[in-house]
Amino acid sequence: MKRILMKGNEALAEAAIRAGCRAYFGYPITPQNEVPEYMARHMPRAGGVFVQAESEIAAINMVHGASGAGVRAMASTSGPGFSLMTEGLSYMIGSRLPGVVVNVMRGGPGLGNIAPSQGDYFQVTRGLGHGDTHGIVLAPSTVQEIVDLMPVAFELSERYRLPVVIAADGILGQMMEPVTLPEPIAPPPPPDWATTGAVGSPRVISSIYLAPEDLERHVLSLMRTYQEIREREQRWEAYRADDAEVLVVAYGTAARVVRSAVDRVRAQGLAAGLIRPITLWPFPTTAFERSPRRWLVVELSAGQMVEDVRLALSGRAPVGFHGRVGGVVPSPAEVAEAIRSAVVGEVVRA
Amino acid sequence: MIKDMVEVTSRPRSLVDVPLHYCPGCTHGTIHRLVAEAIDSLGIRERTIGVASVGCSVFIYNYLDVDFQQAPHGRAPAVATGIKRVLPDRVVFTYQGDGDLASIGTAEILHAAARGERITVIFVNNAIYGMTGGQMAPTTLSGMKTTTSPYGRDVRQAGGALRVVELLAGIDGVAYAAREAVTSPARIHRARRAVEAAFRAQIEDRGLGIVELLSTCPVNWKLPPVEAVAWCEANMIPAFPLGVLKDTTRSGD
Ligand SMILES: Cc1ncc(C[n+]2csc(CCOP(=O)(O)OP(=O)(O)O)c2C)c(N)n1
Ligand code: SF4
Repeated sequence: MKRILMKGNEALAEAAIRAGCRAYFGYPITPQNEVPEYMARHMPRAGGVFVQAESEIAAINMVHGASGAGVRAMASTSGPGFSLMTEGLSYMIGSRLPGVVVNVMRGGPGLGNIAPSQGDYFQVTRGLGHGDTHGIVLAPSTVQEIVDLMPVAFELSERYRLPVVIAADGILGQMMEPVTLPEPIAPPPPPDWATTGAVGSPRVISSIYLAPEDLERHVLSLMRTYQEIREREQRWEAYRADDAEVLVVAYGTAARVVRSAVDRVRAQGLAAGLIRPITLWPFPTTAFERSPRRWLVVELSAGQMVEDVRLALSGRAPVGFHGRVGGVVPSPAEVAEAIRSAVVGEVVRA
Repeated sequence: MIKDMVEVTSRPRSLVDVPLHYCPGCTHGTIHRLVAEAIDSLGIRERTIGVASVGCSVFIYNYLDVDFQQAPHGRAPAVATGIKRVLPDRVVFTYQGDGDLASIGTAEILHAAARGERITVIFVNNAIYGMTGGQMAPTTLSGMKTTTSPYGRDVRQAGGALRVVELLAGIDGVAYAAREAVTSPARIHRARRAVEAAFRAQIEDRGLGIVELLSTCPVNWKLPPVEAVAWCEANMIPAFPLGVLKDTTRSGD
């Protein structure tokens, strides 16, 4: 298999086209601009559609339209743009529409900065908009994993008829790594619910259920889907975890730093390991069934995923937290120190 | 004798035979019929996809026998863009109220027009927010009382009525722009031609076609149906002049 060097954002775009995506809609925002730029060059050659939308609000609604017409469609953005997409995402969930949205997270709140961050964790996992909303959230930690998760994102999205979010960060989007790209697949035919013209009886894609009993039935059916996803789609990676007396939980770029820190403290005789959630929603609670004495959560945010870890452990062991915010990425030495402190019982706070 | 009878009118094929939920005297129903007639006369029912907006007409998909997507408030032109770009041989139209198109959805309609999206826009202007109970719209006439302009729309505070088709007609991507009313049989006849022309602009791949239709909202105007029609004639038509503002099939335009 040929390995080539690619930037995360470009690998993501190429992998989407190879996964049969034929419609991309986006609005410029750093640190994901290489995605629309790549799509503008390559999507037309693949026979697909590229539109630079007037806003992220328009972009997500274009995804709504294209996806509802039965075509694999996606958008990409970063924090401020993701906020604008949440109304549209809620409508897509209410209307049971698939679609993939990439959030290359940057520092917030507000305009914040363009440095890498994981500060949108609550936003992507606690509901993708108003109402009882959820979508599957995938968190790659290497450029190769971005490429591997792209077809998975489209397949899950279509299987459950819900949007899928890929939560990356500025480092993953910008870094170059060697990747092996999969062979391109042909886009699937439009599903029978797609609005392609009423040759038989008309199809309607809508999120409205005016009668409370009807809406309750609809939301309960969504909740059954959420439950099925929780039971079937949890993904995580365990690294040196089997004999660990302290387990560190981290995802994405933070997990890369933690992996180095684990190796460091292991070399000094401390049995540490890493649990790396790949699905942020559903949170991989199964990974927390066996608990060592101590846990530590490392985030590029101010203490968000740590809540899910504490819920998963429900008081079975103390959970420390080490986070850096504002686009600051901790060094392996800093995290190694945090792991050692966690073992002696101190809870380190940034 | 029966064989001498000529059919002068019947329910259009694309209009579903169910009672409409609109208030008595509301002209949304008349406009639905005009859209159904255009779809029938152009023979496009099986390849038409409608985009419903948020407003009293949100349930238009129950009345027209075509595929529909229901868009968030104001975003119908973006949803329509997504559909039309991936299915360029289909006919895509939006049906939007004045709050939807001229307030919350101004960016979406303006940029769909700027891109020259091959879509048709049916824009229903009743000078008020119907669904939410009669608040001021961007198209509310100056001095007009609504629940959020209880002393009459004060131009100094709230601006004057926004004339949207004039704005859009100036954009290169727009191939057809017209404003008509549905207040009399003669006007309905002109409106029918305009709706069809707005579909033709799309079908002939010339650009975006838009028709603004002056419509009544007797309930929120607090007028009986017949008086509402007279009020529209007397007050709305002077503020929103009727006619074709742009038609790229005409030479000299
Ligand atoms: C984001 C958002 N804001 C507000 C509303 C509430 N809302 C529903 S319909 C409507 C206005 C409808 O007025 P118009 O578009 O003029 O249509 P009409 O009901 O008069 O036909 C508003 C503000 C909404 N649904 N979504
Ligand atoms: S509130 Fe006004 S626009 Fe809505 S149905 Fe009634 S009359 Fe028509």
